[in-house]
Amino acid sequence: MPKFVPLGNEALAQGALDAGLSGMYAYPGTPSTEIMEYIQRAPEAAERNVHRRWSANEKTALEAALGMSYAGKRALVGMKSVGLNVAADPFMNAAITGVNGGLLVAVADDPSMHSSQNEQDSRFFGRFALIPTIEPANQQEAYDLAAYAFKLSERHAVPVLVRITTRLAHSRADITRGEALPEKALTLPQHPQQFVLLPAISRRNYARLLDKQREFEAESEASFLNRYEDGPDKRRGILACGIAYNYLMEHYPDGCPHPVLKIGQYPLPTRLVARLVEACDEILVLEEGAPLVEEMLRGYPFEAGTVHGRLDGCLPRAGELNPVLVARALGLDVAEPAFTAPEIVVGRPPQLCNGCPHGDTFRALNEALEQYSKGRVFADIGCYTLGALPPYNAINSCVDMGASVTMAKGAADAGLVPAVAVIGDSTFSHSGMTGLLDAVNANAPITVIIVDNETTAMTGGQETPGNGRFEQIAQGLGVAAEHVRVITPLPRQHAQNVQVIQEELEYDGVSVVIARRECVETARRKRRS
Amino acid sequence: MKYDVILAGVGGQGVLSIATILAVAAVDADLRLRQAEVHGMSQRGGEVQSHLRIADRPIYSDLIPVGGADLLLSMEPMEALRYVSFLKPDGVIVTERTPLININNYPEIDRVIAALEQFPRVVLVDAEGVAREMRATRSSNMVLLGAASAFVPLPGADLEAAIGKVFGRKGESMVAQNVEAFRRGRAIAEGAHAG
Ligand SMILES: Cc1ncc(C[n+]2csc(CCOP(=O)(O)OP(=O)(O)O)c2C)c(N)n1
Ligand code: SF4
Repeated sequence: MPKFVPLGNEALAQGALDAGLSGMYAYPGTPSTEIMEYIQRAPEAAERNVHRRWSANEKTALEAALGMSYAGKRALVGMKSVGLNVAADPFMNAAITGVNGGLLVAVADDPSMHSSQNEQDSRFFGRFALIPTIEPANQQEAYDLAAYAFKLSERHAVPVLVRITTRLAHSRADITRGEALPEKALTLPQHPQQFVLLPAISRRNYARLLDKQREFEAESEASFLNRYEDGPDKRRGILACGIAYNYLMEHYPDGCPHPVLKIGQYPLPTRLVARLVEACDEILVLEEGAPLVEEMLRGYPFEAGTVHGRLDGCLPRAGELNPVLVARALGLDVAEPAFTAPEIVVGRPPQLCNGCPHGDTFRALNEALEQYSKGRVFADIGCYTLGALPPYNAINSCVDMGASVTMAKGAADAGLVPAVAVIGDSTFSHSGMTGLLDAVNANAPITVIIVDNETTAMTGGQETPGNGRFEQIAQGLGVAAEHVRVITPLPRQHAQNVQVIQEELEYDGVSVVIARRECVETARRKRRS
Repeated sequence: MKYDVILAGVGGQGVLSIATILAVAAVDADLRLRQAEVHGMSQRGGEVQSHLRIADRPIYSDLIPVGGADLLLSMEPMEALRYVSFLKPDGVIVTERTPLININNYPEIDRVIAALEQFPRVVLVDAEGVAREMRATRSSNMVLLGAASAFVPLPGADLEAAIGKVFGRKGESMVAQNVEAFRRGRAIAEGAHAG
């Protein structure tokens, strides 16, 4: 077999394909995007016609995957950390319905917020929903987990959460592939009411889920992802979750002198944890993300004691781990680096590409708004969020996908008139439409600018779910046809664009201005291939 | 054997294409590999770094510890300076000399070069100039990789084979051009005295 050197995301995807996957459902988001992109490129996915189209958002993705599971087949859902907030409703309720075919929800968290609005830790969601959660430590485990987790999911009829973090998602290593399993046949759930969450049925299902907690724990005790490695020096025991294990072993390539409990599956294996706690004087908890396990081990109140980690300052409270932080927490000698960057080095923040259509839109918008006081532009998430930085300084918010439209409406309700929303075409498809409906129903004096670069640029240029239909969508939601305007963001159209925006700012109702020109980066990529 | 490389540059410069060639050569030589890439926000013309680790035994961390890199290979001179804390005391810097100025407050280039020249082991390469001379501006990365190859514990022939693999589908003349750029870069480093 040829050598396989995948990203963690690609290893997970290939593992799922080899485990008899029938459908992947996802909305792009760094650092999760390459899971779906790998499946879209994989020849066997095309041969088998594995479902592999992007969904409109994470909620629709998870629901569709649950439907595939209902029909007895194995499905995988992919998203970034904050995507699970959008999909939280089906996620929490899928834990109550349970599954038929195996269902894996893969969520890529982004500690240190390299490309995210926060650094939320999805393991909390696994605990919240009371379902098994898997956290691979390396690319090999990312590959191996799918076959294992689909069986786990089917054995207990629950979804399984797979949590990875940026460094594993986006790092390559050489791994070994296993045998490929066939897909499952179409079979409906044994109990026709399993998926009907009426209160009486929900209560029954929930009681069953609670009963299963002991079984989940027994699975964790026996899992290949959880491992107790004894060591002679019992003054300290180390509990290392996910990739934190690598930062530990980096310092002990020939074996750690302290007992180590490597954790890759939750709920925590109580017996293994008890063994570590009983054997050692103190416990150091290493986890990539929030101090979730640390908090559980400490109990309450958080007095200085025998558990160390992010809560007692042994490790920073926020941000991703790295080998040096872990070395310090272990009390190892860390030599100061021999060199430091000279003062002349300045930051190089990301910026809009040369010729980006968003730049032209911001120039026009800024000029159109000159006659009003500042602070009335609610924006959203995408390349255009860089409009917050110089030279544009054009936007005043970026919170969560879709929030531009609804925040503009709320601010207008409060009297900030006119209020402007700036939203990308993919973001509008994802979650701008429902907010626009609210605004139309209230006849809110807002101007929604859909910056339509005909792609999902920020995450690498995926197709946009609503592409080519934004005029119809806006009108279908009730925006008056004469207030759905299309402009072409180009320098030579500047004066005209300013005028269109000004006219719509003056209109006392909902306007939609579609600023349409293709992303230059996407256009270049298309030309090359 | 264990060899750790920090690759640096500006989003869009093709840091990952250099990383890919090193990775292919290492894996073909049956070495273990870890290579952490940068995707997402930072790619839009911002600073970009990648960690590449090769060894003949298992590698644990995807990230290279500060003070642990054997080689800092940068496609832009100020970006090289940004990551010098990763370098071992006897680590080598191989960097492009021509700046990429996409910010208003870029420091005076003479000061950047002077700062780089103070490092004990540094090779400044006018890769852009060499590539221009070859009428192959897209191959400047390969000039840099060639210069770095004088220090990397992988045979030059293996790296050339990897160039063949990675650029193979773009045609033979593209491969030949990149191999030529690679050799010119290597000759520059072998002529320099980076110790
Ligand atoms: C809930 C959620 N899902 C996904 C993302 C990741 N994400 C950030 S921006 C973006 C797409 C933006 O596309 P678009 O709105 O078309 O703007 P463009 O980048 O093309 O300018 C995505 C998917 C996110 N931040 N939040
Ligand atoms: S990738 Fe496209 S949308 Fe993003 S900044 Fe570049 S041109 Fe603009």
